[in-house]
Amino acid sequence: MPTVSVKRELLFQALGRRYTDEEFDELCFQFGLELDEITSEKDIISKEQGGGKAEGASDIILYKIDVPANRYDLLCLEGLVRGLQVFKERIKAPRYKRIMPANGGVQRLIITEETAQVRPHAVAAVLRNITFSKDRYDSFIDLQEKLHQNICRKRALVAIGTHDLDTISGPFTYTARPPSEIRFKPLNQSKEYTASEIMDLYRTDSQLKHYLHIIENKPLYPVIYDSNGVVLSMPPIINGNHTKITLNTRNVFVECTATDITKAKIVLDILVTMFSEYCEKQFTVEAAEVTYHNGRTCIYPELAYRREKVKPDLINKKIGISEKPSSLAKLLTRMCLKSHVTGSGNNIEIEIPPTRADIIHACDIIEDAAIAYGYNNIQMTIPKTYTIANQFPLNKLTELLRQDLAAAGFTEALTFALCSQEDIADKLGVDISSTKAVHIANPKTAEFQVARTSLLPGLLKTIAANRKMPLPLKLFEISDIVIKDSTKDVGARNQRNLCAIYYNKNPGFEVIHGLLDRVMQLLAVPPSKASGYLIRAAEDSAFFPGRCAEIFAKGQSIGKLGVFHPDVITKFELTMPCSALEINIEPFL
Amino acid sequence: MATDGPALAELLLQRLERAGGGGLGSLEAAAALGLEHQHVTVPVLHSSPVCSPQVIEAEQRSSKRWELTPEGKEIVQEGSHEARVFDSIPAEGLPQSELMKLPSGKVGFSKAMSNKWVRLDKNADGGPRVFRAVESVQDSVREKLQLVQQGEAESLEEKDRNELKKRKLLMEVIIKTYWIRKGSAFSTTVTKQETDLTPEMLASGSWRDLKFKAYNFEALGIMPESGHLHPLLKVRTQFRQIFLEMGFTEMPTNNFIESSFWNFDALFQPQQHPARDQHDTFFLQDPAEATDFPMDYLKRVKKIHSQGGYGSQGYKYDWKLEEARKNILRTHTTAVSARMLYRLAQQKFTPAKYFSIDRVFRNETLDATHLAEFHQIEGVVADYGLTLGDLMGTLREFFTKLGISQLRFKPAYNPYTEPSMEVFSYHRGLQKWVEVGNSGIFRPEMLLPMGLPEGVSVIAWGLSLERPTMIKYGINNIRELVGHKVNLQMVYDGPLCRLDS
Repeated sequence: MPTVSVKRELLFQALGRRYTDEEFDELCFQFGLELDEITSEKDIISKEQGGGKAEGASDIILYKIDVPANRYDLLCLEGLVRGLQVFKERIKAPRYKRIMPANGGVQRLIITEETAQVRPHAVAAVLRNITFSKDRYDSFIDLQEKLHQNICRKRALVAIGTHDLDTISGPFTYTARPPSEIRFKPLNQSKEYTASEIMDLYRTDSQLKHYLHIIENKPLYPVIYDSNGVVLSMPPIINGNHTKITLNTRNVFVECTATDITKAKIVLDILVTMFSEYCEKQFTVEAAEVTYHNGRTCIYPELAYRREKVKPDLINKKIGISEKPSSLAKLLTRMCLKSHVTGSGNNIEIEIPPTRADIIHACDIIEDAAIAYGYNNIQMTIPKTYTIANQFPLNKLTELLRQDLAAAGFTEALTFALCSQEDIADKLGVDISSTKAVHIANPKTAEFQVARTSLLPGLLKTIAANRKMPLPLKLFEISDIVIKDSTKDVGARNQRNLCAIYYNKNPGFEVIHGLLDRVMQLLAVPPSKASGYLIRAAEDSAFFPGRCAEIFAKGQSIGKLGVFHPDVITKFELTMPCSALEINIEPFL
Repeated sequence: MATDGPALAELLLQRLERAGGGGLGSLEAAAALGLEHQHVTVPVLHSSPVCSPQVIEAEQRSSKRWELTPEGKEIVQEGSHEARVFDSIPAEGLPQSELMKLPSGKVGFSKAMSNKWVRLDKNADGGPRVFRAVESVQDSVREKLQLVQQGEAESLEEKDRNELKKRKLLMEVIIKTYWIRKGSAFSTTVTKQETDLTPEMLASGSWRDLKFKAYNFEALGIMPESGHLHPLLKVRTQFRQIFLEMGFTEMPTNNFIESSFWNFDALFQPQQHPARDQHDTFFLQDPAEATDFPMDYLKRVKKIHSQGGYGSQGYKYDWKLEEARKNILRTHTTAVSARMLYRLAQQKFTPAKYFSIDRVFRNETLDATHLAEFHQIEGVVADYGLTLGDLMGTLREFFTKLGISQLRFKPAYNPYTEPSMEVFSYHRGLQKWVEVGNSGIFRPEMLLPMGLPEGVSVIAWGLSLERPTMIKYGINNIRELVGHKVNLQMVYDGPLCRLDS
């Protein structure tokens, strides 16, 4: 969930009233936001880097507000204020308008064919006669960063570049060139570098290093030039210094390059709707024309208003309320979804503004009606749904067995399903290739290399972590192991195993053997060769030679019991003899 | 009491009776009874059934006493070294070399010299010779030590005591004594008390005439030997019970490996969603891909993502089968809910209530409250015409069974539910609202491609099993609860799990 931090004073100024922290917290809760933290720059720095570094930092109070991940229109102070003011019916939602420049000189961006291999899309717009202040400027930069981190997926899908239009002249060309042929002075640098040098320059940059991989291995890098060959930006890495925006900038050229055109349009719409508030003609955005190499031309920003019709009855029924159509329309209007009742009152027409790309289905509209109505004002009801409950048979058996294993004096452990290859192979004296284990592709540490193929390592590790406890230690676990199985759609399946272990000064094979007899008694399986269970001497590298037996029941091998091999005991950092039993309980269903 | 038992005990009790209400000291009692003091200490007394804590009470005291050292005792017997030297010198004197051979020679000579009792003639014939210097001497050292032996050390001057202590003839000892008083069941007649009932007493009926030693009810009993269930799984059992009480059927969640298709795509979670990142999800290297899908359904899922449909705009991106094929460790049990709802949609619709409690996996950064695997609790209801109010009412019933009565709901965002609500409950300890679960109504983009009828709504909620357990049992570090680093003592000592109390 993205977090937006805003200065409390600025927020209250823009909201036109003051709130206590509790009041504002409550307002956030109603609206689906969360006032996560009340802090200051000084607090943040001293928390992250220690008190000494915070000296001189601002102690202006900041609100950190958690915003739902699909509400890009709330990622800056401007949008938050607009949303809350409309919600509280203090203002009407503004209507965003795309306008063509008066003199007909529309800014043009031409996309060349070379971009197709690296970053094929671009959109653009102009914020004309904008007035920045320090706070507005900071917010403008912050919003771009928030969009980059969220909808733009760390610039992989979309990258935004904003430029002082008065420093350049169109038409602009979006192309892709070999890195050695691109040369410019990057933002806030004092000299020119080639694209390859720029990549090296930012390899250690705490922020930019995360974006290098997006184009690094491509033969051509994306780049935007003006008609005089000035570099606007090398997306998605860095802008040129030439077009840098300052507090005095009056006209802003916005370009977004992308691999996902839908998201690029959304990002452009959000950025220009939020900041057109500061244009001379408020909430207007000057169009720009984008031409693809095949000649297709598009005008951006789209700023499209979409109309949807939803039946009031459906809204009421889905929420569980009975509001009049006119009140439902009013509720929706409070969520920036301008609505009115049509016809004889059996339909509500809703206008979805360009800021609300999250509204993709009637259910999104219904949710907004519910939020405006107030979730906590909805009457709670119990559905009449009549059903008969069933337990999952395997879990039912597990629950029954657990109780009786504890009654037999064994204590239940709960160990991880993921572990290292070493745990299930080397330490038990087997080769990993013989285990049928599923392997994880991206483990952060060795603890998550494989899913366990046996419950034994987990129990042995549990004992190792509890060596200070009085002896004997008697543990059990009934849980799932995972093994590859090509007959399953995903190529693997779980198997429910029962495992028990006895750790004492003597190996206690008879204790574990007795437990097996008890488990079989519980499962009503008699000791018999014909139809019951039996154990037969077996070899297993985990167990001491001559001290291991295989367990047969229901006409199949279900597991083994034995005294651990001294090597196994040592490898699990134990010092006492130890015996164990592990069986598959699924045949007993 | 140890040796002569009841007889001596009776004497002690009689003395105590005579001493009246004030009681008497153990030292004096021992002296009067002719016992070593060590036989009159309280542990010894109370170990005897006739002098149990109810019969006599005792309070520990300590006192200091001067005693003679072994050398001091010898001096009381034999006289001081200097007196012994004086006595051994005849009128004609004694060669110094001979005098030094006497047992008290060295010490006695120097003391006698400094007392001016003897004199030394260095120029005598045959070497230095010692003569008496006075007619007779008074052995004051011996006299003082005799006083100490008679228990009158206090009558000596402190300077003298210190001098004798310095000469290691006297020592100060601390004695632990007891002040003995009558107890609540005091009696001078001693009856032997029995420790416990025996089969013989029952057979003979002798128990009727016997007195039994009182039990100490302050002490703890002996814990029974037993096995124990794991606290987290005890809580799991209770949650299962609650769902079963509410008529929910358990889902088969015994498949940790899931395809991205069922885990994400079926839930209308777009393929570029950050949850599908390497940073958040464990992908499998082997078996890397799922091979078998219901292809008609898969095509409908592809369409709803890339083009929309069923009244939805869709996400309008290039949906890729290879992304859906990728095997992962499931990130939520909702993947199983999706399989169950798909199965439900393949037959004539009947209402369903499902639940599951099982492991899920996240490739996240680990800390004191987050592990790479945890248990998710999930409830799902599918029926015609379910409302948001129904979801809230169901949650209220569910949480009431957990002992949580104060609930409120916050609008939230989930990729596969709309409306979505986070569930908060008021935590009296923390004095604030804390999030206890997440919930919502599954999106039509998830349900309709499965083939569920249009009017059917599916409400669902989820929470983790670990969090309520940690709160319930006051555990701060999740590793003490889950995994091999569990604190077994905590497992042994754990109470029953009663969620509603």
